[in-house]
Parts: sequence; structure tokens; C-alpha cells
Amino acid sequence: MLEQELTLTARKEDKYAVITTEGYINNPGGEKIAHMCYQLMDEGYKHFILNFSQSKVINSIGISILIEIIEKVLELKGSLSFCGLTNTIAKTFRIMGLAQYTKIFPTEEEAIKALS
Amino acid sequence: MEEEITFTVPIRPDMELEVTRVASSVAEAMRLGKDKIDEIKLALIEACLNAFEHSKSKEKKVHIKIKMTDDRLEIIVRDYGVGFDPSKVKEPKIEEKLKSPRKRGWGLKIMRSLMDSVVINSHKGGTKIIMTKRR
Repeated sequence: MLEQELTLTARKEDKYAVITTEGYINNPGGEKIAHMCYQLMDEGYKHFILNFSQSKVINSIGISILIEIIEKVLELKGSLSFCGLTNTIAKTFRIMGLAQYTKIFPTEEEAIKALS
Repeated sequence: MEEEITFTVPIRPDMELEVTRVASSVAEAMRLGKDKIDEIKLALIEACLNAFEHSKSKEKKVHIKIKMTDDRLEIIVRDYGVGFDPSKVKEPKIEEKLKSPRKRGWGLKIMRSLMDSVVINSHKGGTKIIMTKRR
């Protein structure tokens, strides 16, 4: 097996949901994240924290799917925050401009604090 | 001192990760820092995906050469596919991508942003991407 398939866990709080990923965020990995986010949106959530501390590798196809999620979050007037990014993934998000429409925090605790 | 490793990978899902493992080992041997190694890996993933997705290579293979010198790491990703004109690849902009049904098209921008230099030689017989990271 080349790389572990992306696994997700979601934690639902009153006003936000935290999705923690583990593994490669490629096309199928990105689709899994999107599917989870859209399910949570259907349940009424519009503020999301994506914890990527266990996902050290990403590719542009996975990021493109994250852009779809950002688009939907913006439509809902919600928010999307990332935490646990490697320096390179954070740099890539800034280069691509994702950081203009999302927030990047070093830790999940800081991301939650900013939503409170 | 100059050393090089050459190998070929089949065009198969996630094979780009195998390529990054080799490059990562070489970069670690050169004692490049973690962030530089991560940048090389991500740029290399994009170069491989470009070949996997767009080359239409009949041999369904991508050829990799990793060259170490005293002051830099050079990686060449080559396919013998249909080629493309890099000057016709539009610079992606997040404002436009958010409104567009097509969110993709970031590979070249990522490569150019994360490596010290990226040279693309492409013609109807294939594409060669030469990426360099200084020590």
C-alpha cells in the first residue's frame, strides 16, 4: 500500500464542527472531506475547522476540492479554519490565495478560541 | 561532486508518492532542511501529476532523474506524451476559481512557487520539467 487512505473524524459542537483528517489529501481524500462538510452543512453547520495535523501530504487536486468547500462556506456566510498545517502546506495555501478566504491557526485550540 | 539517480514509474494512482520517497531520501542525504524537503516533495507531486494527467503517454510511464551537486538538487520529470504549451496555461487566481466550475489548474504555480527554478521544455514528443532547489 502506497499511502494510507484518508480517514476522517468529525466532532460536532453547538456552533461549529471540527474535522480531523489522517492521510493523503488527494482527489479521493478531498472528496471525502467535501462529502463530510456537505453532510454537516445539511445539518445546519456553517463554521468548520479542518485539522490537518495528521495529513502531511496534499496535492493540487485535493486543494481544488477544498476551494469548492470554501465556495459553499462563503455562500452560507460561514467560516473555514485550518489548523495543524505543515509550514509547506500553509505556504502553499497562502500562495494560492486560500488564506484570504479562510483562517490558518497553529493549533485546534487556537482555531476554536477564535470562533468563541 | 555530482551524483544522479534515474528511475521510471508507471502512470498509476498515487505513484507520485513513491517518487517523493526517493527524492526525500536524497534530499535528506544532502542534509536539506525539513521545510525544503517538504517543498521539493509537493512540487514533485505536481510535476508527476502533470505528466500522469495530461501527457497521454502511450508508454504510460514517467522518467525521473534526480541530480545532487554540492550546491543544489535538480529533479527532471520527463514524459513522452503529447506535450503542451506552458505559455498558454493561464495563471490561476483564487477569485476566479471560486466562481468557476473548474477549480483546478494550480500545478505549475505551485511548482514555480516552491522551487528555486522550474524550466519546462515541451513539444509534441513530450515534456521535460527541470526543477532546482538550492542547498
